[in-house]
Amino acid sequence: MNVNGRAVTADVEPRTLLVHFLRDDLGLTGTHIGCETSYCGACTVIVDGRTAKSCTMLAVQADGAEITTIEGLAADGELHPVQEGFWERHGLQCGYCTPGMIMSAVGLLSENPDPSEDEIRHGIEGNICRCTGYHNIVRAIEYAAAKMRGEEPAPAEWETQEVTA
Amino acid sequence: MSTTSVLGGVVKRREDPALIQGTGLYVDDVKLPGMLYAAFVRSPFAHARITSIDASAALAMEGVEAVYTIDDVRHLGPVLAQVPIGKVRPLLADGVVNHVGEAVAMVVAKDRYLARDAADAVEVDYEPLPAVVDLKEAATDQRKVHDDLESNILMTWEAGPFGDPDAMAETRRKIDEAKARDDTVVVSIEAVNQRLIGTAIEPRAVLADWNPGYGRFTVYSSTQIPHALAGAIAKTFGVTYNDVHVVAPEVGGGFGLKLNIYNDEILVAFASQKLGHPVKYTESRRESPNSTIQGRGWIATATLVGTRDGEILGYELHGLCDMGAYSQNFTVAIPFLGVFVASGQYKFPTHVKLDCVATHTMTTDAYRGAGRPEAIYYLERVIDAYARKIGMDPAEVRRKNYIPADAFPGAISPVGFAMDTGDYAKALDALVESDGYREMLAERDRMRAEGKLAGVGLSTYVEVCGFGPSGLVDLGFSWSEYGAPSAFSGSGLVRVNPDSTVTVIIGTGPSGQGHQTTWSQIVADQLGIPLERIRVIHGDSEESPFGVGTFGSRSAAVDGSATFEAAQKVRAKAAKIAAHLLEASEEDIQFADGGAFVAGSPDQTVSWEEIATVAYQPHRLPEGVEGGLEAHAIFSPANATWPFGAHAALVEVDGDTGDVRLLRYITVDDCGNVINPMIVDGQIHGGLAQGIGQAMFEEAVYDADGNLLTGSLLDYVLPTAADLPSFELHRTVTPSDINPLGVKGIGEAGTIGSAQTVVNAVVDALEPLGVEHVDMPLRPKRVWQAIQDAKGGN
Ligand code: FES
Ligand code: FES
Repeated sequence: MNVNGRAVTADVEPRTLLVHFLRDDLGLTGTHIGCETSYCGACTVIVDGRTAKSCTMLAVQADGAEITTIEGLAADGELHPVQEGFWERHGLQCGYCTPGMIMSAVGLLSENPDPSEDEIRHGIEGNICRCTGYHNIVRAIEYAAAKMRGEEPAPAEWETQEVTA
Repeated sequence: MSTTSVLGGVVKRREDPALIQGTGLYVDDVKLPGMLYAAFVRSPFAHARITSIDASAALAMEGVEAVYTIDDVRHLGPVLAQVPIGKVRPLLADGVVNHVGEAVAMVVAKDRYLARDAADAVEVDYEPLPAVVDLKEAATDQRKVHDDLESNILMTWEAGPFGDPDAMAETRRKIDEAKARDDTVVVSIEAVNQRLIGTAIEPRAVLADWNPGYGRFTVYSSTQIPHALAGAIAKTFGVTYNDVHVVAPEVGGGFGLKLNIYNDEILVAFASQKLGHPVKYTESRRESPNSTIQGRGWIATATLVGTRDGEILGYELHGLCDMGAYSQNFTVAIPFLGVFVASGQYKFPTHVKLDCVATHTMTTDAYRGAGRPEAIYYLERVIDAYARKIGMDPAEVRRKNYIPADAFPGAISPVGFAMDTGDYAKALDALVESDGYREMLAERDRMRAEGKLAGVGLSTYVEVCGFGPSGLVDLGFSWSEYGAPSAFSGSGLVRVNPDSTVTVIIGTGPSGQGHQTTWSQIVADQLGIPLERIRVIHGDSEESPFGVGTFGSRSAAVDGSATFEAAQKVRAKAAKIAAHLLEASEEDIQFADGGAFVAGSPDQTVSWEEIATVAYQPHRLPEGVEGGLEAHAIFSPANATWPFGAHAALVEVDGDTGDVRLLRYITVDDCGNVINPMIVDGQIHGGLAQGIGQAMFEEAVYDADGNLLTGSLLDYVLPTAADLPSFELHRTVTPSDINPLGVKGIGEAGTIGSAQTVVNAVVDALEPLGVEHVDMPLRPKRVWQAIQDAKGGN
């Protein structure tokens, strides 16, 4: 298979999960494991252009596939707009769900470049974040969507916040 | 407060570049040469006698290195608990198992798949015993959870006020008198504050490496308390604190779940010592609900008595708290945190009595809020019921009974605790006078006019956090059981390096709270050194000064203050050096823009590079000034802090299906001064999601035999992005007066304020049908049933 633009070949036990292959054999530990049962989305990667939960795929099923993981997202040292959005809009806290969440958002935006808030919320429904309450993840994806469309992202909320002293 | 200055301004997180590019290091990412993998054999029974354990088949598998049972580790003693009241957990089941999922044996093998296979191959014979699962039944002591304990009731916390029996008797007399008057109303709610499975998305993981040459353990653990773990391992193995190095690298969510010493953390260290290899254990999601602590699990009755014009004369909270089978870190002390805030922000006489009860279920301990959400839930539910009963606006009833702003400083709560600062009406008014709240009420009325079931819920709250004070040690809250007699202080070390970069080392154990960013801001503000030149290190027992870790919304208030003071010391010394170099007086030295200058003559400057260079060339220092440029401070607050706030929610209930939709959520939170508004908002968002999750979705359910029916993420329903609205946040600022930063803490406020807000909204929506109470979680079936029952009753 081809991972992040590099060809890889390996012999693996037939039962090896793709996520374990990525993490243990290739050392790509940015893809995380939160449940191993397809509920949390922490292990989301892009396989042949579509998002997939790498804990529900066997490594052998990905034979010959084109895979992108979080490590392969930034190009030439430039953050992907979704990565940038997560940083700019505080879309992460502990960071454990983040790689999977970012990959899901990349998948969502490739299908729908101008999603509504509701479409974003449903688009990332398969990814659980326990830290952020999703609020800033939505803002991060809105930021990225605007950037990718060549528009100016809306200002951050904290730039407009009112405080009663 | 401005949002541009270093302290109090938004700074993008320093943590993020690694985390968004997949290079952050979590425990399961660490691989050491020769590393082995551990897996556990776990009990399928809630209560059973172990009649035999046969590991021969497992041991015969190629690559299986060892199978350990209690006989191998009994000499190490049980898992250390800070409050060892009740039955403390043996390292592995000792003769009996007391909850489903209890670890019976540990397998160590060369590969993680093999370890799990081998665990399946270990044959354990059990003789099932009757399980005591129901909390109310357990409290009757008809059947015992542990034969060798006198009672299933492990502890009773009572206050009104705490620690003063005479005053408490007087409080009870006043409440009884008020109840007996014929011009008062009495409102009572019995409610379940259900058990929760905290579910950090990173399951716990631990890797231990014993090096016999160094005589030292190196332990990577996904923990909130690295120093306590070092102390616990040292004490367990009879070595010194010096012989254990605990590293908590990136920690993928904590929420109190990782604020415990776990048997697996000790057992992998044991195996590593025995086998001469590093040993790693990564909890699976399937095991996690019964191997990592759960939270909440109360059944209590809240009773309130007041006049018909809204003067509350007394309040009682009497309940049972489920401790599970074994006491771990703070288990029986968690309800005590509820006692702390039982009277909320109010002034009325309050009597609280909570029984801590053992059952044959997984241990409960600190889960985000820990005792405080429970207490505030009951209080704010029953106040709403009282407001409804006397036909008064819920905000008005609350305002009327608050401890007034002019009671501060010096306010003592009716349950007997000194509070730092508070202005409760200010937060409430900011909420009810906001456009958002008015719109919510208008929207509710509009929806009702259309025949929909819509409701607005309100809750205010006070919480206690920022622990400290040091004196808590006298109440048993210290790390002394772990051989580390810290007394809830905080630590920070600030070092200006020879190249004038700054290294800050702190005793916290964060799991996403952004300490690297916030602490950089504190230090940058003091020294006038750019953020980019400051690196913050935490989560390391060896590098950092002794610390108590991260929990109870304490890090900024305690360790942040320590770091602030350390930075002040460094600044004072740097001022001496600068004054020497500039031939000026020390008092006239000021810092800004990467250097020091003389007040009034801004062209007389010396850069931090120069100051740092001189600091490390002692011969150039003025007389009596030591070389180097670093300082350490321990901050020991005089009290805990008491944040507060007011929340409101708008919901719609589908009368046919019972489906609840949360449409809007508004908060006003007051956590004192704010160091980074972006991070504070993020903490509130996450806290809200967990409180709303409890209100609407989450519940750990055991059947009568003690089987956990909600062990997978399919059955244990967590809120997704599609379940939640965007949140509308506001704040008021009432600085704390017990620390130099004036901060209070914000990690748990969102959770403490929110569950009852949502339930109050749903009860408001169903009021036209006559529904007065629905228990959490507000799953469609339960809400639908409440509607049917109310209809049937009409
Ligand atoms: S680890 Fe794959 S979905 Fe949770
Ligand atoms: S940032 Fe921690 S789980 Fe999402």
